[in-house]
Amino acid sequence: MIEVKNLTVSIEDKRVLKDVNLHIAQGETIVLLGPNGSGKTSLLKTIIGIPEYKVESGMILFSGKDITKLTIDERARLGIGIAFQRPPAVRGVKLKDMLRICMEKRGDFKEEKINEFAQKLNLFNCLDRDINLGFSGGEIKRSELLQLLAQNPDFIMLDEPDSGVDLVSINLVGKVINELLEKEKIARERTKAGLIITHAGFILDYVNTDRGCIMLNGTIICSGNPRDLLEDIRSKGYEGCIRCLR
Amino acid sequence: MSSVDVRERAKKAEKKPSAIGPDIDLNAYSVEVKEHGKIQKLKNLSGEVKEKAISVGVEAVEACRSGSFFQMDHSVILSSAYKSGLEVMSSTEALKKYDWLQDYWWKAVNVDADKYTAQAELKQNHGYFLRALPGAKVEFPLQACLYMTQDGLAQNVHNIIIAEEGSELHIITGCTTAPGVRTGLHIGVSEFYVKRNAMVTFTMIHNWAEDVEVRPRTGAIVEDNGIFLSNYVCMKPVKTLQMYPTAYCVGENANVRFNTILFAREGSNMDVGGRVFLRAKGSRAELVTRAITKGGDIVTRGHLIGEVPGIRGHLECRGLILSEKGSIHAIPELEGKANNIDMSHEAAVGKIVEEEIQYLMARGLNSEEATSVIIGGFLDVEIKSIPEHLKREIKKAVRMGEERLL
Ligand SMILES: Nc1ncnc2c1ncn2[C@@H]1O[C@H](COP(=O)(O)OP(=O)(O)OP(=O)(O)O)[C@@H](O)[C@H]1O
Ligand SMILES: [Mg+2]
Repeated sequence: MIEVKNLTVSIEDKRVLKDVNLHIAQGETIVLLGPNGSGKTSLLKTIIGIPEYKVESGMILFSGKDITKLTIDERARLGIGIAFQRPPAVRGVKLKDMLRICMEKRGDFKEEKINEFAQKLNLFNCLDRDINLGFSGGEIKRSELLQLLAQNPDFIMLDEPDSGVDLVSINLVGKVINELLEKEKIARERTKAGLIITHAGFILDYVNTDRGCIMLNGTIICSGNPRDLLEDIRSKGYEGCIRCLR
Repeated sequence: MSSVDVRERAKKAEKKPSAIGPDIDLNAYSVEVKEHGKIQKLKNLSGEVKEKAISVGVEAVEACRSGSFFQMDHSVILSSAYKSGLEVMSSTEALKKYDWLQDYWWKAVNVDADKYTAQAELKQNHGYFLRALPGAKVEFPLQACLYMTQDGLAQNVHNIIIAEEGSELHIITGCTTAPGVRTGLHIGVSEFYVKRNAMVTFTMIHNWAEDVEVRPRTGAIVEDNGIFLSNYVCMKPVKTLQMYPTAYCVGENANVRFNTILFAREGSNMDVGGRVFLRAKGSRAELVTRAITKGGDIVTRGHLIGEVPGIRGHLECRGLILSEKGSIHAIPELEGKANNIDMSHEAAVGKIVEEEIQYLMARGLNSEEATSVIIGGFLDVEIKSIPEHLKREIKKAVRMGEERLL
């Protein structure tokens, strides 16, 4: 579904991604691990097309189509969705307004869906509030997912959906991610693919993932079974990865 | 103070420039204009006039209004109240009818404040007198339209608004010019008297022409438990606009709120403020301004003066600069003169944050759509305590201006 080829990206003349290669097939979910500042968010933002992340070389293919030069909204309308790690607040624009926009832009607005989706993430009380303004950490995470429910994208990128989410909410978050990724179906019948960033890996207890990748200094240095990778990081730290590189 | 004294003071101030805002040569505007005949119903207005009136919230369909006042140039062509407990008439007429009105004349605004107040006294052309009798509560708003049809004319009105004890009065005032009028001067003195336990909401929408100069002069005296809510919207071009409405909370728990929405394009110069003297225990004030420039210059002022313990006040000003040219200058002032007061302000001026546009784009909006949603949200000031249809009028006026923002 998505293919990142030899991607090198800089922001304000600082190189944040170096020769990144990543392929995610339809039906698959990949976990992206890596220390703070290693470039995980940068990769997601480059895939969605934030212009500050300048592609120096390489390309991004979505369903076989080169999207490297498309605008953010063109990519969104093609079916790429993202839950941001730290989305901005927008004054006067209600969460409800955002849900309407998400649905409309994917060609299917149904008023009654708003409540149905909000129910799934227990976010009724945020619908009439300005988006992200004064939202708690956990509310932001759920509100990002709520927007994805409304958008129903094919390729779903989640930037730390489990950070700062309480034990009850993570249950809801896990359920919704499974729904978005059509986890109830068998892999080859799914029409979705996912890329999830996590640090602690809590989300792995709720969502089955196929593969994990570790990013270090802007490069994906290895991949493997996500739980094994997490276990290695837990026991040996990221130094272990560095050693492994040698 | 006798009316002779008042005129003397006005004469002395005839050449006194305003403390702020560009100075205007009053002689550049004519004070002569033909009289317009009275009409029975607003329906009888020509289509063109009706359309302009609607753009400032004044409806020819009178069903959801409790009274109407229409002044064209220097003639009051219609004034009537449709509901009992309300009085609507020309302020000159009211002055003849009620001796006691002298006690309200120039009591909330100083006649010698500047040459504009002086001119309103010396060359007054009516204005409205609106009054809610004690206990009268009328949900539907009174509407007043001040309309200018002659190029280069000065219109000097003096309005008096009285909400007697326990009454509730909602007013919508629209000021505009006939199509084809380019220049003019509008001086509007408005004095509000909000008695004990009374409430006045005042919504004013301006839709002037490119070269019109506007000098409203407003004062409000609010007694115990009185509420004065003032909403002002100016989204259309104007040459210069300068006003600094001032409210005096003289009674315990008096409550004042000013909401201001401004949009200045190239060639427009707006200097709009709000000032509240908090003079009695428990009085409160909140001033909220949203200003957008696309080439014009805006000064937005706010001034709270806390004079006794136990008062509260907050100023909030947000400005958005949408073009290379243009400026917004926010000047919030807080003056505390007693202990145990709570006054604060927040001001922010800048351009649209790129990250917000990108956020909306990630949900599928293109960059123009995203910009327009953000501007819509920016201008969406939460306006409490006014009837729904007035909220709609404000939204409508804002939206009409917004269309030209992009
Ligand atoms: N707008 C920016 N301006 C300057 N530097 C930036 C910008 N965005 C990211 N960076 C830098 O790029 C590097 C990678 O950042 P990125 O946000 O991709 O890290 P991350 O792996 O997501 O980290 P975390 O786990 O802390 O979220 C960091 O050193 C960061 O400071
Ligand atoms: Mg990150």
